[in-house]
Amino acid sequence: MDNNLMEIIGGAIAIGGSIFLLLGSIGLIRMPDVYNRIQAGTKASTLGTMLSLVGLFFIFPGWFGKLMVLILFVLITNPVSSHTLARAAYFIKIPLTKITKVDKLKEHQEIDESRNAHLRKVKIKKEGE
Amino acid sequence: MKWKNYLIMFSMLFVIWLLLNNSLEAEVMLLGLGVSLVLPLLLCGKCEVFTNLSFSPKAILYSFMFLFTFIVELFKANFDVARRVLSPSLPINPGIVEVKTKLKSKIGRVILADSITLTPGTFTLELVGDSLFIHWIDVKSTDVEESTRLIVEKFEKYLEVMYG
Repeated sequence: MDNNLMEIIGGAIAIGGSIFLLLGSIGLIRMPDVYNRIQAGTKASTLGTMLSLVGLFFIFPGWFGKLMVLILFVLITNPVSSHTLARAAYFIKIPLTKITKVDKLKEHQEIDESRNAHLRKVKIKKEGE
Repeated sequence: MKWKNYLIMFSMLFVIWLLLNNSLEAEVMLLGLGVSLVLPLLLCGKCEVFTNLSFSPKAILYSFMFLFTFIVELFKANFDVARRVLSPSLPINPGIVEVKTKLKSKIGRVILADSITLTPGTFTLELVGDSLFIHWIDVKSTDVEESTRLIVEKFEKYLEVMYG
């Protein structure tokens, strides 16, 4: 009886996790550009995977240690990988969607570039003298 | 300071070994002990990742509070994604904003950037000096200070005590 109850609780939590995963994948289809897709994908996949593993713990309590290590691993690697993907996408100039309101990073890079160009000019001038 | 890094590395490896093996037999424990004593010595020539980690009672209390805040924010983020994805009009208003951080240590900044990635509607795109560039799915303010207050502060107040 008690065993059955644990299984039901575990199953419910795992289903909750898979619903989040489903919503995340709908987000991947519906969002307009790479960055917004990564937004939907990262959050949903992190919590979805974590909840599925927690649900598994209720069904097989003996797996506690391995599941803990897995959850920790997902929690640490997921944000890092999505950050790296987004950064790479930005630096190979994949365009942002048209309704984007503001792009501070581009402004920052432009300031940087104009300063570098200025420095180069000064250097060339000095070498010429 | 090097020994503090070494000790933390050793205890992390040993705990992970115990969790993975799921047994307290003498042979398993001894093997894990040996491997996790030797590995940090070989791999950790000049580790300084954990140098700023603080173990005062206040820092430990704040670590738990940070974990709690983080989990609440993670759930909020998921319901936020669900709401946006399921509503037919797709209510997004994206943009990249700049925020400043007061944290100095590398590990503190990494944890801050990771937490921002997993909180509602934001993720870290790039880190330059002490400013983070953040893609925000629903831009509420383009001002640096205002967005810093909205995005960074809830985590920074804990991480400042934990890592400085």
